[in-house]
Amino acid sequence: MSRMAATRDGYGDALLALADNKKVVVLEADLGKSTKSLHFRKAHPERTVSCGIGEQNMMLVAAGMASNGYIPFASTFAIFTERAFEQMRNGVARPNLAVHLCGSHGGTHTGTDGSSAQSIEDLAIYRTLPNVVVMHPCDDVSTKALTMQLPDLGSPSYMRTARNKTPVLYDGKEDSVQIGKGIVLTEGSDVAIIACGVLVHESLAAAEILRKEGINAKVVDMHTIKPLDTDLIDKLSKECGAIVTAEDHSIIGGLGGAVSEHVVSSMPVPIEKIGVKDRFGESAGAEEMLEMMGLKSHHICDAVRTVIARKV
Amino acid sequence: MAGMSISEMEEMARKCRIEICKMTHRAQAGHPGGSLSEIDILCALYGHRLRVKADEPDWDDRDRFILSKGHASPGMYAVLAEMGFITHEDLKSYRVKGGVCQGHVDMKWCPGVDFSAGSLGMGLSFGMGCAVAAKLDGSDRNAYVMVGDGEIQEGSVWEAAMAAAHHELGNLKLFLDCNGIQNDDFCEAQMRMFDIPAKWNSFGWAVKIIDGHDMASIVEAIDWMDTINDKPAVVIAQTVKGKGVSFMENNPAFHGAAPSDEQLAQALSELGVEA
Repeated sequence: MSRMAATRDGYGDALLALADNKKVVVLEADLGKSTKSLHFRKAHPERTVSCGIGEQNMMLVAAGMASNGYIPFASTFAIFTERAFEQMRNGVARPNLAVHLCGSHGGTHTGTDGSSAQSIEDLAIYRTLPNVVVMHPCDDVSTKALTMQLPDLGSPSYMRTARNKTPVLYDGKEDSVQIGKGIVLTEGSDVAIIACGVLVHESLAAAEILRKEGINAKVVDMHTIKPLDTDLIDKLSKECGAIVTAEDHSIIGGLGGAVSEHVVSSMPVPIEKIGVKDRFGESAGAEEMLEMMGLKSHHICDAVRTVIARKV
Repeated sequence: MAGMSISEMEEMARKCRIEICKMTHRAQAGHPGGSLSEIDILCALYGHRLRVKADEPDWDDRDRFILSKGHASPGMYAVLAEMGFITHEDLKSYRVKGGVCQGHVDMKWCPGVDFSAGSLGMGLSFGMGCAVAAKLDGSDRNAYVMVGDGEIQEGSVWEAAMAAAHHELGNLKLFLDCNGIQNDDFCEAQMRMFDIPAKWNSFGWAVKIIDGHDMASIVEAIDWMDTINDKPAVVIAQTVKGKGVSFMENNPAFHGAAPSDEQLAQALSELGVEA
């Protein structure tokens, strides 16, 4: 059994590791214990700005600090970042101030807190903003690796992390994780499964099931949704001729939307999308939510069989 | 740099009023009313206090000025031209494709602009970030912010007000341009704000009320702000929307409407421009 960890812990570890850079500052909106920025706060209280329960103010305080040469990392629940969307749009993205926003507890996998806490639209909305890099890593190691790269990014970013623990894939392979570069996890030429976050693990499980049926799937961790690794997607289209996307996010506008938008204008191949089908979640356990929303490995297998049947 | 006399600043404000009318007339768009209400304060701030360098607009240790009511950009552009950040020729680019004078003040387009405004309720938070950064740097630079009275109807202003007091940001200085009019109508009709000074006081701010068109009072208020170092300070300036142009004064129609040819001629005449 592989090590289990939550992506939010990778974020917290990264902030602490970045603290040697004196320009790195952390902003909190009363959820530092949850997003894991608390480790930085404990070690560096002088560089941590409490904004109370006030996300809109937090985003613009971060923007003001960025305009003064600091590298702000602001975090709250993914759903509450959305409350400050216009601040992110007008105050951060438009002047291209390098504020790094982390939304934890994203997706229905968040579970029992219920639909008010399960952001299923964050990737879609932040993807529409010019200058903003959008990421959704699948394990703590890749989360840490991506976060560590942000001070050199020079533009704003949004990263979704998750509350619940998932298997760790990248122990000892930190160097393979680069912003904007998808990672091929399994080789296969019958179909490409492009996934992000929690659904990377479901996709790997699906690939195992499919292999027994004689279907070889290439599973890709597309941790960066924007800028999208279009070179890799073109390669996948060419080699596999069919794509399934998988995300714990609305099927509208997220990873599936991004991949579809590219493929339709480059090298059209059949695509099936696994995601939340234009509905809200509810209170249930994390695994129960994935089952209810049609996001489990067997759902991905069904989508693969469908997309292969659509190949011409 | 700062150091102008009262009469010099009054004359600068008169020149800026002329430019405000010309800019909005030329563009046949824009916001003359709020530009005319704020202009005496802007002239006093730049002429008397602001630590900035026109030949080095991005100087790290400059004071920041954040015009949160970013639609009142003609006023700011006129001052920036007077201070040498931009040229008077640049003022002709107001709302023109490719111009440094974008419709709302924008830090990516115009030298001397520290904040990309246009959406109300954002500048005080941004200014708070500048103030926190200055403290972290160990610098004595200040962050000055201007908001309108209608603007404080935005809830996020009060998130910032609470947070700035919590963090004891003595280097954050706010001007409230109380001209009593917002886009659709008088503030009293749109959203009564009741006792505005009491609100800021109860949020933990140092509060001073002045006549926002009396240059000596404005200068005195700016000096008073310097003495407040343990909490944020707000100067609540009673102003007249459209001040200086009779038919614009206290007239909601000139929140966001440009003068016609005839109106421009009258305005310029009232502002002492010989025909």
